[in-house]
Amino acid sequence: MPYDYRPFAYVAAPGLSAPEPRHKVVIVGAGPIGLAMALELANHGIPSTVLDDNNVVSVGSRAICWSKRSLEIMDRLGVGERARDKGVTWKIGRTFHRDAEVFNFDLLPEDGHKMPAFVNLQQYYVEEYLVEAAQANPLVDVRFLNKVTGLRQADDHAMVEIETPDGTYGLEAEYLIACDGAKSPLRGMMGLEFEGELFEEKFLICDLSFKADFPTERRFWFEPTFHAGQTALLHKQADDTFRIDLQLGWDADVEEEKKPENVRPRIAQFLGHDDFEIEWLSIYTFQCRRMERFVHDRVIFVGDSAHIVSPFGARGGNGGLQDVDALGWRLAAVLDGRAPAALLRDYDAERIHAADENILNSTRATRFMTPDDGVERLFRDQVLALAAKAPFARGWVNSGRLSVPCVYPLEDAADAAGLPAASRPGAVAPDAPQGNGWLMTALGGRMVVLGVGCTPPEVDGAACVTAEVNDHVRARYLGDAAQAVYLIRPDQVVAARWTDADAGAVSAAIARVWRTA
Amino acid sequence: MSALVTTPNLPDPDGFYAELLATHKGLTEAESHALNAQLVMILANHLGDREVLSEALALARQGMGEAQVSG
Repeated sequence: MPYDYRPFAYVAAPGLSAPEPRHKVVIVGAGPIGLAMALELANHGIPSTVLDDNNVVSVGSRAICWSKRSLEIMDRLGVGERARDKGVTWKIGRTFHRDAEVFNFDLLPEDGHKMPAFVNLQQYYVEEYLVEAAQANPLVDVRFLNKVTGLRQADDHAMVEIETPDGTYGLEAEYLIACDGAKSPLRGMMGLEFEGELFEEKFLICDLSFKADFPTERRFWFEPTFHAGQTALLHKQADDTFRIDLQLGWDADVEEEKKPENVRPRIAQFLGHDDFEIEWLSIYTFQCRRMERFVHDRVIFVGDSAHIVSPFGARGGNGGLQDVDALGWRLAAVLDGRAPAALLRDYDAERIHAADENILNSTRATRFMTPDDGVERLFRDQVLALAAKAPFARGWVNSGRLSVPCVYPLEDAADAAGLPAASRPGAVAPDAPQGNGWLMTALGGRMVVLGVGCTPPEVDGAACVTAEVNDHVRARYLGDAAQAVYLIRPDQVVAARWTDADAGAVSAAIARVWRTA
Repeated sequence: MSALVTTPNLPDPDGFYAELLATHKGLTEAESHALNAQLVMILANHLGDREVLSEALALARQGMGEAQVSG
């Protein structure tokens, strides 16, 4: 069933007739990251204006694998349950070499979490849900067909020039957030570039629809006969739509590869029939690189504009949503005067750490899939051969390491020996059932002092939550300890933990999080 | 009972794999061949277990070429 692309209404901006007062935040790009950024800021009481040069959701499926952490973030933005329910939940992955299955894995998601490990959902659905939520939110103003053509910075604000169907106008913002994608025109306007090793690969990606039964699992092929010498990835998406990614050699003739007469036979060969429609077809080129830093005074880069990775591992869209998670509460505090602007350096440091982890994983997966001739290919092929006869080698086969949130290095954070590793400082607080609800919902998007097996000390600037202790909570928050106190940041990351804490220690840790110490 | 561990036993296999390839970087095919041979012997000596090594040799040979000659 093809997706019904309906253009969003264009409305002439007030700035076309009279200068607008300076905005707190202007976000460039109404993709999933820009829209999530606006909704996250709105959750913290900050209004924003989102500019997009287009007026439809993403054409084609693009980002399709949304991780548990992304679903938790979307849940705070009001679209998590919709995305989960519409998405396809998969657990089984099968890996093939040539035409034989080498091994399969089960994601074996832990129970006791509101959200599954992954769902597959076309990016256009995620955007549709986020646009609806944004348009229903009085703090978010989305302006379609508003193209940024110029950018300047002053000491305490940034200015953009905007082109619309009704002419041009300008806007000022205390902060400008660039969510304008891998090719980021704003990055270009500022003369900034990606740093690091250039590592370019080309993929042909397409959405297929067909009625025949096909299992809900991820399938990955090394050197399949239907696509000699390359790799292929197949995922099931919502609406009986399938997504296939075919790797092309770096020197492939892209126009030739795109022709239906070349694409269709390959797909027919692995499906075993010719009864399918190609709904969308595109060539995707990627590199694994990032900007040197993401915060440039009053312009902040978020998502693909700041860092790009290969699609294997689902680290693009998911990484971008985690950027949003790390920035929203900090920028809101800076704009409200509750924290110094230096707080934004923590966004930079944490998300650069995360981007490096994503780039490292992504680069390794890419090397495994596209080994250089010689010893790289030798080892790659022999890992695949060994995987069929020795279980350990299956874990060495690298078709992408699926996105999990990185653990931020919070070196000076208070920690108590013996508490479980899953909830150590820097990690996202693990979800767990609480009565009829979930711990994630109880935490929300605020600073929380969580008491587990005890009443938490009351302090200024944080909500007190006492957890209901059940087996999941015990395993994730106590281990063998009888009680623990956790300080959890507004992005649901554990900031510090103690087995025994007084109000003074907790207050000092809160001040450290805000850099107001 | 098998003494050879064939289940996952090495922390950070992706990191090891990357380091292994990096060690080969810039070598000719013959040099890479030599490096691999030395590495096998270094690891065999470190392991120091004849029985395990025999099992490892047999596993590596499994499915390759003619049936192997033992001993």
